Amino acid sequence: MPRKPVFTTTIDHVSILDEHGNFDATLGEGLIPDKDVVAMYKHMMSCRHFDEIAFKLQRSGRMGTYPENRGQEVPSLAAAYVLHKNDWMVTCYRENAGLFWRGLPKEKILLHWMGDERGNHIDECNVTPLAIAIGSQMLHATGLAWASKYKKDGAIACTFFGDGATSEGDFHEAANFAANLDLPVVFVCQNNGWAISTPTKLECSAPTVAQRGIAYGMDCVQVDGNDLFAMVKVIGDAAKNARENNRPTFIEALTYRLGDHTTADDARRYRDADELEMWEKRDPLIRTRMYLEQRDLWDGAKEEEQLDVAAKEIAQVVKNAEEIDAPAATEMFDNMYADLSPELLLQRQTMRTSSLGQDPSQIDATNEVRQSN
Amino acid sequence: MANLTLVQAINLALIQEMEKDDRVLLLGEDIGLNGGVFRATEGLFQRFGGDRVVDSPLAESGIMGTAIGLAMGGLRPIPEIQFEGFLGPAFDQLTNQCARVNTRTRGGITCPLVLRVPVGGGIHAPEHHSDSPEAIYTHTPGLKIVMPSSPYDAKGLLISAIRDPNPVIFFEPKRIYRAFREEVPEDEYTIPIGKARTVCEGEELTMVSWGATVIQCMNAIEEADRSIELIDLRTISPIDMETIANSVRKTGRCVVVHEAPKTAGLGAEIAASVMEHCFLQLEAPVQRVCGFDTIMPYYKLELEYLPDAERIGKAIVETLAY
Repeated sequence: MPRKPVFTTTIDHVSILDEHGNFDATLGEGLIPDKDVVAMYKHMMSCRHFDEIAFKLQRSGRMGTYPENRGQEVPSLAAAYVLHKNDWMVTCYRENAGLFWRGLPKEKILLHWMGDERGNHIDECNVTPLAIAIGSQMLHATGLAWASKYKKDGAIACTFFGDGATSEGDFHEAANFAANLDLPVVFVCQNNGWAISTPTKLECSAPTVAQRGIAYGMDCVQVDGNDLFAMVKVIGDAAKNARENNRPTFIEALTYRLGDHTTADDARRYRDADELEMWEKRDPLIRTRMYLEQRDLWDGAKEEEQLDVAAKEIAQVVKNAEEIDAPAATEMFDNMYADLSPELLLQRQTMRTSSLGQDPSQIDATNEVRQSN
Repeated sequence: MANLTLVQAINLALIQEMEKDDRVLLLGEDIGLNGGVFRATEGLFQRFGGDRVVDSPLAESGIMGTAIGLAMGGLRPIPEIQFEGFLGPAFDQLTNQCARVNTRTRGGITCPLVLRVPVGGGIHAPEHHSDSPEAIYTHTPGLKIVMPSSPYDAKGLLISAIRDPNPVIFFEPKRIYRAFREEVPEDEYTIPIGKARTVCEGEELTMVSWGATVIQCMNAIEEADRSIELIDLRTISPIDMETIANSVRKTGRCVVVHEAPKTAGLGAEIAASVMEHCFLQLEAPVQRVCGFDTIMPYYKLELEYLPDAERIGKAIVETLAY
């Protein structure tokens, strides 16, 4: 036979709790204890409120550019729920829900967007600072997973990025390294349909983004990214595969940012109102609440109570972030190196770069020489 | 003591640090079974195994980016980029990521790694195999940069670089990988990063260089038969300006020699600093003997491009006559 298939495959789509509240018990039964679903719903409400307040802080000039997370709470939260304490979570910048679940103090994210680098000092929870350059963080996650495998500490790395980031060379290099070197990495692509204004079809002409992982020989799956249960299921499977087999998995999570790319963006310039309306109905909070109410785990009174709790909590977070003393100017010199060179020390001490400004005695010395001549 | 070439001294330093510290691991293209295209890692794969001497996929950004993750994860990776011309694909990870880890985590996560890169011309290599890009990376805050000019220095500086808590680029001048041998102690020793070496003392003129051109300077000085002080920077970021300034205050004259193009090269930085620190002692304008502001030519013209003893000698005569 001159021509025969040498490789064929399929990509699964996983959905457990759909936008109408329908729950597939075959995959979902017993997956998440009720109390944890309640806790995660409360957490999402808190994150949603944080997002609204952060947006208002920017609009009122109290904070710089901010990327709204609204609508994309589930993928990172599900990962944070699944991961172990010593695992690494390596995110981009729309994963507040997961970062906060892991224990990152909320004011640190506000400080970051307020232009204060102290928001990036993280020693709580094995997460890396927000990665602003698209795609830059996947290689770091791969290296962190590699270090864990080398040290045999049992940890894995889970990294987050968008559909646009899969066009970056670094995605492909990270996937190739992880697969070839048998590294415990979970790659989570949050496909929200848009890379700022560029639709996914201009980033990837294949029917799914998930199949990009096939070329690297790793397991690939597509999942409803607004479905808490489906996300916990696929990330749980991927984490198991990483932990037990040192194999990476590529997860394409279909989700949507209900807000603009950032506060500097206006998505109405490129997105149809119909599309937004459709995705508003798929809001992860709506269906999670449906799930809870169907089981008498939640009601209107609890919703009101939790809104109040969230409002109080976030008000305190804002207070913490706004009341911190301004950083000292010299802090820009600190932490860059473990030790400062003489030139950097001089610049730090004098806050000058002109040598006469750094050492005014040179002017006197010059005058003395001129006079003696 | 063993009589070693520069590349053998590097090999010895790697072996000794890997034996001492199991956090040290190597990654790069062809560094394993093949021992590296210059044989810098020869025998290491056999000695330490494939977990510590890792043949990576052919992807420089991947090498650099995963090395960052390895370092963030508590290890001491030594990535190799095969030739300086292939730093381009790693540039983003090196400058936008590696150099910034300490700062952007406020010291919460550190990135101690040594990026080894063969550098410079003079070995009849193809295009993209002979450049001298050190100034580009010196202009990147957050990195340290070292370039040895001898086997003894190569071993001592590499050990210091591996133990340094900051990211260090270790540029290896491939022209002198095997140009000469030198006594290199078997025992471990370190050479401090950030300190220059006064190769020979003199009273009439200060010459500053680093890497392979130090050898050309020594040849030129021998032929000139004048009292010339030669300073080998050893570390080019941060530059040891104190040693340079002290020398120029004594001699009043300064010539900087480097392979890289003249414009915006490190010679410009050194000349500006000499002017700031030694203005009243200067007897002549600081001279720069450098590569031309051209693309590095293919090898039929590389000796015309590279500073040699003759060009350096002319600058010595002219500067002394000023």
